[in-house]
Amino acid sequence: MLEICNLSAGVDGKEILKGLNLSVKAGEVHAIMGPNGSGKSTLAQVLAGRSEYVVTSGSVTFNGLSLLELKPEERARAGVFLAFQYPVEIPGVNSTVFLKAALNECRKARGEPELDAVEFLALVKKKTKLLELDPALLHRAVNEGFSGGEKKRNEVFQMAVLEPKLAILDETDSGLDIDALRIVSGGVNKLRRPDNATLVITHYQRLLNYIVPDFVHVLVHGQIVKSGGKELALELEERGYDWILEGAAAHGKS
Amino acid sequence: MRDTLAQTDREPAAASFFAGELADGPDWLQSLRQQARTHLGEIGFPTTQQEEWRFTNMAPLRQWPLHAAQPAARRVGPADIDPFRLARDGWCLVFVDGRFRPDLSTLPAQGAPLRAGSLRAQWEGDGRDLEKNLARHALCDASFFTALNTVCFQDGAFVSVPANAVVEQPVQLLYLAASERPGAAVHARNLIVAHSCSSVKIIETYASLTELPHLTNAVTELALGPEARVEHCKLQDENERAFHIATVQAAQSRGSHWLSHSIATGARLARNQIQTLFTAEGGEAILSGLFLARGEQLMDHHTVVDHAQPHCESHEFYYGILAGRAHGVFNGKIFVRQDAQKTNAKQTNRNLVLSEHALINTKPQLEIFADDVKCTHGATVGQLNEEALFYLRSRGIGADLARRMLVRAFANDAVERVTLAPVRAHLEQLLTERFEGLDTSLSSHG
Repeated sequence: MLEICNLSAGVDGKEILKGLNLSVKAGEVHAIMGPNGSGKSTLAQVLAGRSEYVVTSGSVTFNGLSLLELKPEERARAGVFLAFQYPVEIPGVNSTVFLKAALNECRKARGEPELDAVEFLALVKKKTKLLELDPALLHRAVNEGFSGGEKKRNEVFQMAVLEPKLAILDETDSGLDIDALRIVSGGVNKLRRPDNATLVITHYQRLLNYIVPDFVHVLVHGQIVKSGGKELALELEERGYDWILEGAAAHGKS
Repeated sequence: MRDTLAQTDREPAAASFFAGELADGPDWLQSLRQQARTHLGEIGFPTTQQEEWRFTNMAPLRQWPLHAAQPAARRVGPADIDPFRLARDGWCLVFVDGRFRPDLSTLPAQGAPLRAGSLRAQWEGDGRDLEKNLARHALCDASFFTALNTVCFQDGAFVSVPANAVVEQPVQLLYLAASERPGAAVHARNLIVAHSCSSVKIIETYASLTELPHLTNAVTELALGPEARVEHCKLQDENERAFHIATVQAAQSRGSHWLSHSIATGARLARNQIQTLFTAEGGEAILSGLFLARGEQLMDHHTVVDHAQPHCESHEFYYGILAGRAHGVFNGKIFVRQDAQKTNAKQTNRNLVLSEHALINTKPQLEIFADDVKCTHGATVGQLNEEALFYLRSRGIGADLARRMLVRAFANDAVERVTLAPVRAHLEQLLTERFEGLDTSLSSHG
């Protein structure tokens, strides 16, 4: 589904990703872990198409499409979804109006009929239950005045409505209390299907107790330096990142 | 400049026009007009040398062969009026080229909770109500165009709401420019009197039925009695060759409440002077403005809030959206006089600039002579939020639509402050239409 080959990218002239390789198949959950500044969020932003991040080399293929050539909205319509680490507040843009427009753009691109107001509201009702989200939030402006937890929950709610092929969760666990964490990850798990995939970016292992990954990758200095199964996350939790950093440094020297 | 004519044609016409031909009326009105003409001569035609007109150059207006608008040769009927009528359940006074058209108007019947009609009908009948208020609030001694209006006005609307009358249905004053001769000038004059504890909603609409250049010079005076509540909604959408100059002056008695909206989308040059004077304690004024300027348009809002008395509150919110080579001007003057303790005055001016070639001049002007007051002001000039734009796009919304959603969102507060549902609906539609045609990508080509 997703093939990242030798991807290098940076921002403000500073290279952050340095030849990253990753392959994700349909039905899989991949976790990307790593210390601060290793390039985790950069990877998420590059995949979503943030223009401030400049790709200097490499390629990303998504379901046969050359992802890097697509605009952010084209990527979304093709089924890429980024749950933002810091969802932006957009005063004056009503949540429902926004999400209906987004869903119908995605449906149009998939050749499906647009939903009318009644159908859309029925769908929303179903999905708010999934995330235990207060439907009153949807009468407000996008993310405006939402608590940190509400914003994160709203991200996964949007994901539930848009039903992407590839969901990228950028530090979706940060700032969540344990109840919210359980709800959010419960939502993500219910959305798992054989034909979609999830990329979980996290600093801590605790989220992976709830969203159990098939693969864990460690990102250091813009490269994936170690990959393994879910037990790698536990090892990282126990031993920290230092042993990997040392290994990477030694590897770099040799 | 596309409306410039040859020098020889224009000068005499403009000069005699601005000297002011006294219009008709009873003795008391004639004496007002004569005083106004004296002021006209003293003040002189505005130039950019004057602080009040520093950023708004009126010189192009002098280059027109202006003439007092004559009754339109073009037949204006109900079908022409229809698109502009906003509230079907209320009343509507229609003026075509400044002339009152009772045949197109919906006037309050006998027994209605308020009186509304033409000024001329008032002064030709028992003019006492008029004499007490007309030209008593919008003063001629400092404003050239108010003085010119007082000298020249032919007619306008008069609305009087008796004490304790709470009127839900709005009164719309509809001014349409229909003249087929370029340079037609209309001096519209309106007087709204809301007696004590009354409540009324006024919609004042200005629009053009042709694409020819014309001048509107409007003055609206609002006298708010004790505890009176007035919502005044001015909608200006004249054609983009028109000059539009307007003064809206309120005088607020004890405990009165004025909610003012100025929505400007039309005219080549639009100057709005929105002013209130607190004549007694406890008054509150909420002044809200929104302009959308594109192409070569110039949109100017000058506000004056005069806290002459203690315990009054004023809140100003003026929002501007600028595209193309448009020019916006905001000047917000707040006086807090020596006795006006416990004044609370707030002023906000926000501007969204969509083009590198658009320009905004914004200036707060606070003159505070009392010591126990709260006054704040803030002005911002910004572009569309890139982060918000990316967020919308990352959900599948195309760049164009995402930009329009954000521009629309910027205007939202101003729309939401309007309590009249039909006006809000009209604004939703108008803004959507205008934004669709707007080049919102930050372009370097005008």
